[in-house]
Amino acid sequence: MIFIRLWVFFAGVLATIFLGWAALVGVPGLQLRSVPAQPDLRPYTFEQMHGRQIYIREGCLYCHSQQTRPEGFGADQKRLWGRPAVPGDYVYDQPHLLGTSRTGPDLLNIGARQPSRDWHFAHLYNPRAVAPKSLMPPFPWLFEEKASVGPGDVVVNADRNVCATREAQDLVEYLLGLNHTYPVKR
Amino acid sequence: MNPEQVSQRQQLDEASSVPVLLYFATAVFWLLVGTLLGVAASLKFDLPNWLGSIPELTFGRIRPAHLNVVVYGWASLAGAGCLAWLTSRLCLAPLQLRGCLVASVVLWNLGLIYGTGSLLLGYSLGVEWLEFPLPAAALIGAAFLLFAASITATFRKRTVEHLYVSLWYVMASIVWFPLLYVTANLPIYSGVTHAAVNWWYGHNALGVWFTPTGLALAYYFIPKVIGRPVYSYYLSLLGFWAFALFYNWNGIHHLVGGPLPTWLQTISIIASVMMGIPVMAVAVNHHLTTVGHFSLLRTSPTLRFTVFGAMSYTAVSVQGSIEALRSMQERVHFTHYTIGHAHLGVYAFLTMILFGAMYYITPRVARWNWPHPRLIKAHFWLSATGILLYVAATCLGGWLQGGAMNDPKTPFVDVVALTRPYLTTRTVSGILLGGGHLIFAYLFVRVLTRSGPRRVEGGEE
Repeated sequence: MIFIRLWVFFAGVLATIFLGWAALVGVPGLQLRSVPAQPDLRPYTFEQMHGRQIYIREGCLYCHSQQTRPEGFGADQKRLWGRPAVPGDYVYDQPHLLGTSRTGPDLLNIGARQPSRDWHFAHLYNPRAVAPKSLMPPFPWLFEEKASVGPGDVVVNADRNVCATREAQDLVEYLLGLNHTYPVKR
Repeated sequence: MNPEQVSQRQQLDEASSVPVLLYFATAVFWLLVGTLLGVAASLKFDLPNWLGSIPELTFGRIRPAHLNVVVYGWASLAGAGCLAWLTSRLCLAPLQLRGCLVASVVLWNLGLIYGTGSLLLGYSLGVEWLEFPLPAAALIGAAFLLFAASITATFRKRTVEHLYVSLWYVMASIVWFPLLYVTANLPIYSGVTHAAVNWWYGHNALGVWFTPTGLALAYYFIPKVIGRPVYSYYLSLLGFWAFALFYNWNGIHHLVGGPLPTWLQTISIIASVMMGIPVMAVAVNHHLTTVGHFSLLRTSPTLRFTVFGAMSYTAVSVQGSIEALRSMQERVHFTHYTIGHAHLGVYAFLTMILFGAMYYITPRVARWNWPHPRLIKAHFWLSATGILLYVAATCLGGWLQGGAMNDPKTPFVDVVALTRPYLTTRTVSGILLGGGHLIFAYLFVRVLTRSGPRRVEGGEE
């Protein structure tokens, strides 16, 4: 090194990454650690946790965000996608699923916007059956065709006895539970 | 260069041969896998029902597989091979701990097979850029540490007084990346803090590993091939430290408008704009070294690819600084514009520079020449037009998508419909890129199997 000593170089290299970590992770981590859950936010049920794993497994997060923007920043408020999200809405989320893409719409409040189980089953089985212009992939492996329908079966397509599996039912439980429309309390 | 110096460099290259070629060969394999996954993912936008009943090949699984394969497979392996060779050349010392490097290639590939297989089978951690399950991440982390150990040992054996600017970037990145990778993979985060860690990592993977790789190679090859020193050495020093200082603070611009503290978003936006300083320093150095020697681009594939990459670095950085502004984020966040920006960085900048470097390094370590200069030209033009078409389609489509999304009177399904021609164009561009990659892989195999022209000894090194 013609300009500085070697140890100064490596000290500088370590200092710069530490500063970045402190600014973007360390300090915000301290600030956010004291944020409590919103009082009306319900922890996930067992079924919803399982459904959330299906959501991750099938990569829903690559096309759907889970963060609503405030008034004056995009059209989320005018599209009635729900009040702006706050950190207290996410305390039970591990991993976080904020998402970075809206090839499909935001889902933070999909449970409030579309509370119909049947709609979700039909949509997951064949998205274009309920939304003709949709680009969403179908998820037929979350469903099974049965020889005969029993009393506990969730029938999606009566012609061919297509029933929702446990995975599809739990995924829909998770989607219906995505409802952060309660008022924000400090 | 006198004959003694030439033969010294030939000996260094010979010592690097096995590990560097192993890195390259496996990198080329993952390049083909990654391209296939990328094109398939893109085609699924055009034909949403295509392969729609195979869970392993649903969009939400092959999309992260594509990212992880090109990032940790192609770009990381090719980058590690290039940097190992470069360190030996710049230290004028034979590559040390070559067994460690071979072990690194093995672990790296095991990690990639484990990780990619896991994603396709549905075992994803669900964190962008960090989807690989912990065993796969641990294998890749260990592989990187072995690589770093060899670089450090070679550095300690250096026989040169002067440390060239490329070496600063190499030595810094082997310290930065392991720290970053381990910290981000710890399974201890939740909620919005996890989002902050996620994007601190996601942006820094580029900042502390890929960008230093690309810049180190560009700083070496542009003056090397042209035969003229870097325009301003003092400027490269300023460029390096400004880069180290500001890049680290950029990550949260991926979460502008989200549920994170405003001060946090603001400092990342400021740091993104401050990146103008190191970017201009690098741009002046690269472009003013090239000016007046453009005729060499016709004869040297290395220079052609590298200069294209260096120009793209300026372009992607300026785009990134502007893109981070709140007014831009309001429109283009969540759209395909971001995908275009990412490919301008990882492909037009990094991948093109890696191609350029591999065109230079491969014949020297394999002691065998590239066949078919015309096919090399075809590779360049397929890659160059392919990526320009890619970026144009996704950025323009994303820009319009963002505008329509922010107009509450446009139904969401119409926003989706509006993007389709641009996404189809993107698929076409992916096929062009794939054609270039097939040519590159074919040429590479010809060199490895020594079925092309024999290399003339004692030429330029």
